This record gives sequence, structure tokens and C-alpha cells, in this order.
Amino acid sequence: MTKNAKTVILLLVIAVLIAVIPLFARKGAEFGGSDDAGSVMVEEIHGEYEPWFTPVLETALGGELPGEVESLIFCVQTGIGVGVIAFFMGRFVERKKWMKKLGTDSETDGEQTDDCD
Amino acid sequence: MPKKEKILLKASIACAALFAIAPVSNAMHIMEGYLPARYCVAWEVICLPVLIAGVISLRKKVNENRRNLTLIAMSGAFIFVISSLKIPSVTGSCSHMTGTGLGAILFGPSAVSILGIIVLIFQAVLLAHGGLTTLGANTFSMAIAGPLAAFGIYRLCEKLKVNRKVGIFLAALLGDLFTYCVTSVQLALAYPSESGGVFASAVKFLGVFAPTQLPLAVIEGILTVVIVIGLETYARPELKSLGFLGREKEAK
Repeated sequence: MTKNAKTVILLLVIAVLIAVIPLFARKGAEFGGSDDAGSVMVEEIHGEYEPWFTPVLETALGGELPGEVESLIFCVQTGIGVGVIAFFMGRFVERKKWMKKLGTDSETDGEQTDDCD
Repeated sequence: MPKKEKILLKASIACAALFAIAPVSNAMHIMEGYLPARYCVAWEVICLPVLIAGVISLRKKVNENRRNLTLIAMSGAFIFVISSLKIPSVTGSCSHMTGTGLGAILFGPSAVSILGIIVLIFQAVLLAHGGLTTLGANTFSMAIAGPLAAFGIYRLCEKLKVNRKVGIFLAALLGDLFTYCVTSVQLALAYPSESGGVFASAVKFLGVFAPTQLPLAVIEGILTVVIVIGLETYARPELKSLGFLGREKEAK
């Protein structure tokens, strides 16, 4: 287990480094989205390109989604995901504890459904 | 249950048909309105059978054991989290990961297509990120082709008796990269370059996506391994009921 914990920490540190290093390595870069870079490329290959359909939301708003609101919605998305994962992970961790207490090893699986409703 | 199943299937077909008929919008990686209509429709039609297979496969897994629902929810949530994180990359632009590797490894590629399309719709409608017209194309690249690659690579590594964590890492990494390769090809098919045709165009698009995506794919691989370690430690019963851990022993 401790070995696993070490691996996890090491891996997470590497992941954070990969994400953060470019910020310092490329000071002053814009860090725009690469999806947008794709549409720039389309224009380069195809000449002027007018998208033939605008996003539903932008039509409804009559303009682009404000940047701050966009980051809000991205946060909501992350939050939903993290919430679900954390909730179930928490349950799993607790379950493992009381399973040990009961002497039933986590190997017991099968029909018991009391931990999942 | 079969009745419910039928209703669900019909609903999914209706939804799919709706998307196919409605002016197709942006998908996740290809911007709204950037694919000509006939391509949008074509991609959606291609996705349809996989999505239906996905619904059936998910239903079956839940019916087999309700416990599987937990892990399905978690892999869906994983896609939610991972694909919402925009991460700066060495090329000076930001991109995000797909997160579909985990689900593909646990449930197989068809089941993930459903989880993936939920995220794509969320982003297309609320974030104007990708789009409804390009939903078919984006579903194909992110929720079908990527997971398929991840699943294939994971199985291959299993066969070759590669260390399982390495296998998971490679599967998630290459699945992510493959998603962007497919996106490039999709764009290239719609916009062949005048001089070199589809191929030259694909290389060009790939040139935009690949360098940005490579480090992110590595991160995705790492995160997938981390969450699998977590699940293996705490959710053995669930993984066993999926046959995930059982298979591992055979492989070893």
C-alpha cells in the first residue's frame, strides 16, 4: 500500500510538472485553445471561412459567452465530476475500513448489495 | 426491464435522429459550424450504431450487477473532470484531455461512447465548445475512436504481458492522441488542401494538434493510472464483478 501511495504521489507530481512547466518555459505565450487553432488552420487551407452555424447558446445570448461565465461553467463541469468521484471514493474507503473490522476481507464480493443502492 | 430497455433504446434512436436532422452543430474539438453539413450528418450516422450498442452494453452491465453502476458513474465523472481541465502545453496554447481511457479499459469502447456523448453535449450546449452540428464528428473522434484505440492497446499489452500499469498508461495516452489524429483526419476530409489533397491537409492539422496534445496525453495516462490504483485499492469487489481484476490474474 505504501508503495502504491509513493507511486501515486510521484505520478501526480510529474503530472503537475508537465502542466506547469510550459507556463514558465514559454513566458508571454498566449495559451489560447488549440481547438481555435484548428479553425485558424481551416481558414488557412480553405480561405475565408464563415461557420454556417453558431452555437445555440451564442445565438440565444446574441454574442459570445463572457469569459468569466465560461470558466464558471467549466468549473461546474469539474465540480460535478469531482463530486461524483469523491463521493464514491469516500464510500469505498470507509467500506474497506469496516470490512476489515468485521474480519471480512475485501475479497468477499458476490451478492451483498448493501453497499450499493 | 426489457420494456424499459426498449423505451431507452427508442429514446436514444429518437435523440440520435433528432441530432441527425437538426442542423448539426459543433462537436467538442471541431468548432460549431466548421464542418460542411453532409459531413456532419455522415459522422452522426456512423456513430449511431455504436451509441446504440453502447446503451445495450451499459444496460447489460447494470442488469448483471447493480454495483457496476458505481464504476460507470465514476468513469463518466472522470471524463467530466478530465475534459474540463484546460492545460497549458509546450506549444504555447492550451488544450484539454479526453478522459475516455478509463471507461474504455473498464467497460469497453461501446459503453464509453454514451459517457462521452453526455460530456460533448454538455460542452456543446453550455459552453459553445465544440458544437451540436459537429457532435457526430466529435463523438466519433473522442467517444468512439479514442476509446477503441485505448481498449485495443490495453488488451494488446495484456496479451503481451506488459506490466498492467504501463499498459493502462499507454492505452490512455495513445487513446488521447488517437482522438486528435482522428479529428485531424476529419477536418482534412472536409478541407483537403489544394496542393496535396486530404493527406497533406491531415498532416497540417495534425501539426497543430499533436505537439500540443502530446504532453497532455502523458498527463492523461498518468491520471488514469492513478485512479486505477485508487480503485484497485478500495474497490476490489466492483472491479471483480466487472471481470477487470479477474482478467488481470489470468494475464499474469
